[in-house]
Amino acid sequence: MNIIVCAKQVVDVSEMKLDPSTKKPILQGVPQKISDIDKNAMEEAIKIKDKQGGKITVVTIGPADAKERIKELLAMGADEGVLVPPPDKHDYHVVSSLLAGAIKKIGEYDIILCGEASIDLFSGQIGPQLAGLLNIPQITYAQSVSAEKDKVVAERNMGDKAVTTESTYPVIITVTKEINEPRLPSLMQILGAANKPINDWSADSLTDKITPKVETVELKGVSMERKNIVYQNDLDESVNKLVESLAKEGVLR
Amino acid sequence: MVLVYSDDKKITLELLSKGSELAKKLGKKQTAAIIGKADDALAKEYIAHGADKVFIAETDLDSFKAEEYAGLLENVIKETGTETILIGSNKNGKELASRLAAKLDAGCVTDCINLYLKDKKLTVERVVYSGNAIAVEQFTEKPNIATIPSKVFDPLLKDDKRTGDIVKKKFDMEKSASKIVKVQEMKTEGVSVEDAEIIVSCGRGFKDKSDIKLVNELADVLKGKTVGCSRPLAADLKWMSEDHWIGLSGHKVKPKLYIAAGISGQIQHIAGMRDSGIIVAINKDPEALIFKSADYGIVGDLYDVLPKLTDAIKTKMG
Repeated sequence: MNIIVCAKQVVDVSEMKLDPSTKKPILQGVPQKISDIDKNAMEEAIKIKDKQGGKITVVTIGPADAKERIKELLAMGADEGVLVPPPDKHDYHVVSSLLAGAIKKIGEYDIILCGEASIDLFSGQIGPQLAGLLNIPQITYAQSVSAEKDKVVAERNMGDKAVTTESTYPVIITVTKEINEPRLPSLMQILGAANKPINDWSADSLTDKITPKVETVELKGVSMERKNIVYQNDLDESVNKLVESLAKEGVLR
Repeated sequence: MVLVYSDDKKITLELLSKGSELAKKLGKKQTAAIIGKADDALAKEYIAHGADKVFIAETDLDSFKAEEYAGLLENVIKETGTETILIGSNKNGKELASRLAAKLDAGCVTDCINLYLKDKKLTVERVVYSGNAIAVEQFTEKPNIATIPSKVFDPLLKDDKRTGDIVKKKFDMEKSASKIVKVQEMKTEGVSVEDAEIIVSCGRGFKDKSDIKLVNELADVLKGKTVGCSRPLAADLKWMSEDHWIGLSGHKVKPKLYIAAGISGQIQHIAGMRDSGIIVAINKDPEALIFKSADYGIVGDLYDVLPKLTDAIKTKMG
């Protein structure tokens, strides 16, 4: 079975700070990581390969330093990586077109796995857009996946309902964070990953759809300004002070 | 033409309100799309709430599949000459909009919390980086697809004097290779955290499911009666149903008072409650992230703090 995992390198949002003067988020120098839910997609790919055999290829649309992130996924269990640096200006449309181009170039695929959304922008667009471009079925928000020889069955978390959907191959599945617990690679696996191939493909060799249809014109910081009054000495006194404060705020009625 | 679609009537009514405003500014008309059985009563309601026209794509499909609905909506869009498409941002709507964008070769932005025209181009705002920033995104070419979550806009008042055409049409459609084999209602306790004025939330600091009674008791005296929780309790431990779950992938809330007990304050949780009026944190770790996002905090063991707090509030409120 040929399995493709789409993974994105993102900034570690918990390490992000706002510029005190402009109140805009500072993105430079923030540590990078693989988007959490894409790691769940990777873990699910490994489980499918363990059961059905085959090959796992990771595709990342990202800058040159994303190669380090691909190595982490190779250490987890992917067989091969593909890195495509996007043009400076890109949007959801450009990224999904590049993924579609890369996947067509890979040629043979049965299951494409993505996270339901990336944790930085959380648009949830890429999986369904990619499915539309490849014109194959999409199974979104999967919280469990069972891959059989001729079909896959997945249970989707739709909030108020659980919907079980099955599909023949090829198919795109986007997974939720609850589907599994991604493994940590062993030292041997990390060392072994160094020998696995990562292909560099250029954006314009894959598609001519590299003009964005949406531009980010501004990024406004949202500061979380709170009073930050913390009581931490005598417990009874703390509780009384808190209740007095809440009464003054007018929320005890 | 501006086109509005959601499989959720409530969201459709909200979108029609924003759609009317945009259509007026663009000098265009607004169509509401219905996919399914011809429902004239629903169509008339959409007209009374701001639609100039209702287009019903008649189909006997009995369940939603983004592949098939995107195909039907694509036909409606071509038939009506639509350039601006507003879709309700529930789970179905988001995957539908994204697939539709690929089919139409159109730009798409999901979860817009604001939409306006700037330099005659549709410009939208959405929350990014777990609530740390708002991205202002502008469409560079048409058609434009934007999805909008529920409760972002208020519906227009119903005006039964409004009139409009109701068009019905059946389209040929490519069937999806996927098949729905089972639909199961999820376990819920019928809680609507979005509507709550006061929420008391619990997290991983609780050692046992039965201890959640401490939170219930506090919620009771606050007359909030609404209990929330962070991800681990709903998703991993399953101590509470998912309708209690507050966070980035759970529910987003903005009560007057939010009390977080035994919640460490992961950014994903903060993203779900950062718009609350007053935020109170109770945690035994003075370094817990939650204190940075709180107005008031008590450093202490929740097993000691909660009963005392419940008593003190009960006394205060008489």
